[in-house]
Amino acid sequence: MIRRSVDIVIIGAGPAGLAAAIAARNSGIESILIIEREKEAGGILRQCIHNGFGLHRFKEELTGPEYAQRDIDTVNHLQIPVECSTTVLSVSEDRSVLCVSSEKGLQRIQAGAVILAMGCRERPRGALCTPGTRCAGIYSAGTAQRFVNLEGYMPGKRVVILGSGDIGLIMARRMTLQGARVLACVEIMPYSSGLNRNIVQCLQDYDIPLYLNHTVTDIRGRNRLEGVTVSEVDANRKPIPGTEMSFDCDTLLLSCGLIPENELSIGAGVSLSSATSGAVVDETYETSVSGIFACGNVLHVHDLVDHVSEESYQAGLSAAAYIRKGKHNPSFISVVDGEGVRGTVPQKIHTDADQPVRLMFRPSQVFRNSTIVVERGDNELTRKKAMILTPGEMADITLKPDILNRSEGNTLTVRIERN
Amino acid sequence: MEQMITCINCPLGCRMEVKLSESGEFLSVSGNTCPRGAAYAKQECTQPERMITAVVPVTGSRTPLSIKTSSPVPKFLIRDIMNEIGLLSLSLPVVSGQVIIHDVLHTGSDIIATRNIP
Amino acid sequence: MNHEADIIIVGSGITGCAVAMELSKFDASVLVLDMGCDIAEGATKANSGIVHAGYDAMPGSKKAYYNVRGAAMFPQICHQLNIPYKKCGAIVAAFDESERSVIESLKSRGILNGVQHLSIIERDAVLKMEPNINPQVVCALNVPDSAIVSPYEAAFAMADFAALNGVTFMFNFSVHKVERNDDKGFVLSTENESFYCKALINCAGSGGADIHNQLTEQQLHMIHRRGQYYLLDRSVSQPFSRTIFQCPSSMGKGVLISPTVHGNLLMGPTAEDINEPLDTATTAQGLSEILAKAVRTWPSLSVRQNITNFSGIRAHLESNDFIVGQNPEVPGFFEAVGIESPGLSSAPAIGQDLSAQVAEYLSLKRKTDTVSYKAPNKSFHDMSVGEKASAVESDSAYGHIVCRCEMVTEAEIRAAINRPVGARTIDGVKRRTRAGMGRCQGGFCLPRVADIISEETGIPLEQVTKDGGNSYLLSGTVESFLKGESIHDQTVC
Repeated sequence: MIRRSVDIVIIGAGPAGLAAAIAARNSGIESILIIEREKEAGGILRQCIHNGFGLHRFKEELTGPEYAQRDIDTVNHLQIPVECSTTVLSVSEDRSVLCVSSEKGLQRIQAGAVILAMGCRERPRGALCTPGTRCAGIYSAGTAQRFVNLEGYMPGKRVVILGSGDIGLIMARRMTLQGARVLACVEIMPYSSGLNRNIVQCLQDYDIPLYLNHTVTDIRGRNRLEGVTVSEVDANRKPIPGTEMSFDCDTLLLSCGLIPENELSIGAGVSLSSATSGAVVDETYETSVSGIFACGNVLHVHDLVDHVSEESYQAGLSAAAYIRKGKHNPSFISVVDGEGVRGTVPQKIHTDADQPVRLMFRPSQVFRNSTIVVERGDNELTRKKAMILTPGEMADITLKPDILNRSEGNTLTVRIERN
Repeated sequence: MEQMITCINCPLGCRMEVKLSESGEFLSVSGNTCPRGAAYAKQECTQPERMITAVVPVTGSRTPLSIKTSSPVPKFLIRDIMNEIGLLSLSLPVVSGQVIIHDVLHTGSDIIATRNIP
Repeated sequence: MNHEADIIIVGSGITGCAVAMELSKFDASVLVLDMGCDIAEGATKANSGIVHAGYDAMPGSKKAYYNVRGAAMFPQICHQLNIPYKKCGAIVAAFDESERSVIESLKSRGILNGVQHLSIIERDAVLKMEPNINPQVVCALNVPDSAIVSPYEAAFAMADFAALNGVTFMFNFSVHKVERNDDKGFVLSTENESFYCKALINCAGSGGADIHNQLTEQQLHMIHRRGQYYLLDRSVSQPFSRTIFQCPSSMGKGVLISPTVHGNLLMGPTAEDINEPLDTATTAQGLSEILAKAVRTWPSLSVRQNITNFSGIRAHLESNDFIVGQNPEVPGFFEAVGIESPGLSSAPAIGQDLSAQVAEYLSLKRKTDTVSYKAPNKSFHDMSVGEKASAVESDSAYGHIVCRCEMVTEAEIRAAINRPVGARTIDGVKRRTRAGMGRCQGGFCLPRVADIISEETGIPLEQVTKDGGNSYLLSGTVESFLKGESIHDQTVC
């Protein structure tokens, strides 16, 4: 077994891990290692061959692979080692990382700091408790995307998509362009959590009907899927008898939510937030375990990769500072979700924070013409108007350090005020 | 004639009304909250365009090649362009940025590789 | 084509495999036919995995006899075959004073059947043993000898043992017709082939009556009784350490909540009589019925951790008992019919009895060179750090983690395909290695597992199936779809 020490170990070579590594190197840290379980770096972007990435960061609209390649090129230029086809088996609280690969066997790496950048997994059918048969042809949208865009195979010919988040919408277009027939997109909520642009360019362009307030209530097919039943749901999301529609299809794609992949984090003793399913972090992106940082989708589900890169760059800088300066004074203000707000990150801010803190959260519903308000105790710290807030788009508000310093109290609340 | 259209530039999703002449020429737009909306409405109701991204097989590679159009192309040509793409017979190596089809169907747009397959 | 063997066993569920394993110790040619694509495709893959102690069956019944004997044989067999066995114990809980008499009668019944260590425990003791149980619990029957196994892993290991010792397994053969042969043997017909044997053993599960009725005057009527289940993830600490049964009540037979031998949590089953013996769909009604009943045991029940639902079909006879042994009308025709619960628990004993009877009928000699078998069950997941390091050093395929949720490596998946009765499908790999049984339910590992199956078996990727039949994973290559009809009739408007 190989034993070694590395200053900063980064788990995941997707956009989060790559950005964090670049930041750490730019900060002067030499000893960095990125560990990646796939054969190549790039993370989920490798299979996101559609465009729409990088508008904020590069002022260009790139495809996923192109966006990833920019950071991969930088990482290579900076000669930051990336070990691919290597899986991390565990991370301990004292930052010992156990990983394995066919090439190098088992390795135990003692890290000065660990950056968690493992991304998400998709919610499977079992989590939905959809009744019916357990036939072939039911895939999460991401697995289907992998088959088409990376493996070169089509999972089916006649497709129904459950879930109208962006992944489902993108796959509706992808399957259609590549020669399959998409019959419907079914969404249990009264609104789609995907971008309007995708509703138009992925569904409307191809005459694919979107059924809001509907869900799949039965799955048929002995061996391979033969059809699904779709029913309307009531205000409690329960199927309404008598509203059943039948679709003859051989493929059902599920786009029903992303779940941050935090098994390794739990093993390291990192505290998770039930609102985000990601780690509880402070404004430096350090988790509850000293020297372990989290960023990107594993921290909270993003909608723009540009934000992932920005956030992860900060995490990389923080990890570098941790290596140089060690543990920070653990005196925090808590950040609490107020009305209309869910999953604010970071959940803690150092009382002596001296940099602007960008708070990111998901609105709990659609708000038109409202204001984001941040309060500390009884005092309002800052507010920002927002013409439109929707659960499908992450919102943010930035706190200047002088505002923090001029106020008192243990708790910061972020809330939405209707105008 | 009038056409109703929803803007896709930001989550506001303004509902706009576009007035076109008999021959389909743009006359006016209302209901937008910003100039980007007006520009989108004008384009979408007269000459709708789209970027196309797709995967095509490459001989000698399990991984297909991801491609994109170098600029938006007329929406009504999507199917024909996909047919052109289907006729391609590609081989290695491929470099990201490489032109796969120059000026596809006289649109002025190229088909470009978006990943490296060495 | 014609096939011939001394003995044919129809059905490779736990019963058929137990019989095959025992018969492989004798000098005879044995052929096992199964309509499915793999071992244990019927009820065996969809039962609770509980090795019952034997208090439930009626005293004097075959169920009682075989349950108690079989349950006693399990620890030894699991040890020999290297398959998991856990004596987690069970309780039958009474949530109302009126149910106490039921608990007491179960205890008496158990004692009559020869079950040991049964006792009635009161509320405080129950809550101490199982703190998450409904605090309204009044008393319970404590059954410390109740155990859990993986029913399909047991069947796989028994089948591998049998195959290693000369038994042939043939899949995708559905027996349509069975007849007596002139020289007192039997002819079985499938769609395209004929099979001849001197002795025939009917272990055909839901199809058992069909076979029986073609050979005998006395006709059996089989009832296909479906049972649906919830299976919860094993990631967090489980609410119960034992199997928790409910008393049958005015609401009907209760549901159980049980840990599985791999640490998942099972909840169910329903009991619905259906017409179509292969209809293993779950239903909204059945699933909600389970929750409504289960909450009586587990008030803070949550299906947030549900990872899948499934159902199995019980082969139920009106007599409510097993039929085991040589058919009195038809010499050479041996049966294990109506094998519903406690079928799993009974399997080793049924295997022993039937094989002994067949051996006597055919005057078979015992082999002297029987080979032993250990299932490859040291999973990478369970290895110590030192063992992991050695494993990768000896075989670099251990370094490639394919299923990250259950930490299953490429080495184990290849081994599963190369077992004596090896996996050929995604589900075959899944049940032998646990790849795809975790949190993401194969979302990550499916493409990789499919590739490995294709490489090891030579089956082209487009022909790889989830579970046999036409359960293909894929419809074609990107290339074939692009060159075919290109974009569908789907208009770009």
